[in-house]
Amino acid sequence: MAAVTADQKTQSSSGTAKAAGTVAGTAGDPADAARLAAFDAAVAADDRIEPRDWMPEAYRATLVRQMAQHAHSEIIGMQPEANWITRAPSLRRKAILMAKVQDEAGHGLYLYSAAETLGTSREELLDKLHAGRQRYSSIFNYPTLTWADVGAIGWLVDGAAITNQVPLCRCSYGPYARAMVRICKEESFHQRQGYELLLALSRGTEAQHAMAQDAVDRWWWPSLMMFGPPDDASSHSEQSMAWKIKRHSNDELRQRFVDICVPQAEALGLTLPDPDIRWSEERGQHDFGAIDWTEFQEVLKGNGPCNEQRITQRRKAHEEGAWVRDAAAAYAAKHTTPPVQQTRHAQQAPHVEETA
Amino acid sequence: MVLSHRLGEWAGHAPVLEEDVALANIALDLLGQARVLLSLVGDEDELAYLREERAFRNLQLVEQPNGDFAHTIARQLYFSVYQHLLYERLAAGGGEFSDLAAKAVKEVAYHRDHAEQWVLRLGDGTDESHRRMQAGLEALWRFTGEMFQPVEGLDDTGSGLDRQELERTWLAAVTGTVERATLTLPTGPRSGAWAAGAGRQGLHTEPFGRMLAEMQHLHRSHPGASW
Repeated sequence: MAAVTADQKTQSSSGTAKAAGTVAGTAGDPADAARLAAFDAAVAADDRIEPRDWMPEAYRATLVRQMAQHAHSEIIGMQPEANWITRAPSLRRKAILMAKVQDEAGHGLYLYSAAETLGTSREELLDKLHAGRQRYSSIFNYPTLTWADVGAIGWLVDGAAITNQVPLCRCSYGPYARAMVRICKEESFHQRQGYELLLALSRGTEAQHAMAQDAVDRWWWPSLMMFGPPDDASSHSEQSMAWKIKRHSNDELRQRFVDICVPQAEALGLTLPDPDIRWSEERGQHDFGAIDWTEFQEVLKGNGPCNEQRITQRRKAHEEGAWVRDAAAAYAAKHTTPPVQQTRHAQQAPHVEETA
Repeated sequence: MVLSHRLGEWAGHAPVLEEDVALANIALDLLGQARVLLSLVGDEDELAYLREERAFRNLQLVEQPNGDFAHTIARQLYFSVYQHLLYERLAAGGGEFSDLAAKAVKEVAYHRDHAEQWVLRLGDGTDESHRRMQAGLEALWRFTGEMFQPVEGLDDTGSGLDRQELERTWLAAVTGTVERATLTLPTGPRSGAWAAGAGRQGLHTEPFGRMLAEMQHLHRSHPGASW
C-alpha cells in the first residue's frame, strides 16, 4: 500500500520557503541564472532531470521531502496490514497478504534509493522519521480492526494512492518517475486483490457482508483525505505543478477517485457512507459530501488513533535491530576485499559506475 | 506452514528493510511448499485451520517462538540446512516426492545461504552479536534431533532416504558454519529427551497452542464461509 499523498502540502518545511520562486538566491550570479534557464527549459520540454543535473535547491528540497514521505509511508504502511498476516483466514489469502507486505518493503527500498540520488541517505531519512521531523501518510494512523479492513485498504487506500501516483510516473525527476513506474504496476495488482477480497466477503455470508460494509464505512473518508487539503488551502501545489513534480490538483484527483469508486462500490454490492453522493448531469461528475477537515488536521498533528503506536513500533524495530546492523558492519569491516582488487575491478569496467 | 507463520510474525519488525523483504520471501516460499504438500492430502484450509494442536505433525523446532533475530537465525540455520539436504536427496531419490522436492530445492538453497550468511555475520560480528548467536544456537539445539527420526509415510515410500547419512551430513555442514562463525557447537542432548522428538506424534511445546489459536481464530469464527 503506497500512499504518496498530498498530506504533506500542509506541512511547513525548510524547503518550501524558497519554493516560491526559483529565481530567489540566483540573483547576481550569471552562471546560476544560465543553469536555472537550462533547468526551466528542460522542465518545460518534459525532459527528465537526472541526479547529476543542476537543479534549484528548493526543487531538491521539495523532492527529498516528498520522496522521503512516500518511502516512510511504504514502511509504516506495512504495519496495519501485517497486523492481519497471522490471522488471515485462508492460506491463499495469507500468501497474498505476505507478498503484498513484502512488496511494500521493496517499494520503501526503491524510494529510499531514489531519494539518495539527491544527496541524502536512508539512515538520515529514517532518523528524521523516528524523530517525528518527517511525515508519512495520515491514512496509516487508522487501525485495521477486522479482516475486511485488509480488503478496504487494498481497494480504497491503494486505489487513492494509484490515482495520486500514476501522474508521478511522468514526474520531472527521472529516478522518482522510474521508481513510480515499477511501484504503480505492483500497486494496481494489490488494488485488484483488495477489491476481490471485498467481493468475496460481500458475496459471502451475512456476517462477512456486514464486515465488508463496516470496513468501507470506516475507510472511505480517510481515503478521500489522502488527496490532501482542498485546492484553496493547499499552499505548495502551484510550485510543484510548475516543476512538473505534480500534474493535477488535490481536488481534481479526489474527484477522479470518487468517480472511479462509485460504480465499483455498486459492483461490489456495498454502499459508500455519504448520502450526498449523486451524479451531476451538469458537471458530468459525482457530487459528494463535505470532508471533516478537523479530523484530518488532528491526525496530521499526531492525534489520530494509531499515530503513537505506529511510530513506536517503527522506532522499536530500529532500536532492537541496532545490534544486528552493528554486527553486519563489524563483519564487513573484518572481511572487506583489499582496495587493490577493487581498483582493478573498476578499471576493467569503467562505464558501470556512470551508467548505473 | 508453521515456520512460515513464525516468519510472518517478523513483518514490519525486522532490523533492516532488506530483512523484512528476505524473511517475508522465505515465509512465502515455505507457505507455497506447505500448500502443495497439504493439497496432496486433502483440503489445505481444512488441514491448516480445523485441526487441533494434537493433530499437527510438525517438528517442534519450527514452532519455537522467534525470540531475537539470532534465535530466528539459529532456527533457520538448523532447519534450512536440514531441508536443503533432505530435498536434494528426495529429488534424486525418484520416490513419490521427488518432483516436488526438485521444485523446492532452489528455494531452500537460498534459505540456507541466507541463514549461513547471517550466522557468520552475527557470530563474527560484535561481542554482543556473538553472544546472542551462541545463545540462539544453544536454545534450539535440543530440538534438532527430531529431524533425523524416521517419518511414517515419507521414509517408507521408496524415497531411499537414509536418515543416518542425512544426520551426519547435516552435522558436518552445521559444524562447518558454526566454526567459521567463530562459534561453538552446542553439546547438550539433541533427542531422546521429553522436550524434543515428539512433534511427529502430535506432542508439541506450549507456545504452539497459542500460535494456532491466533492463526485459526477467524477461520473458525465463520464456519463454512469461503474467503
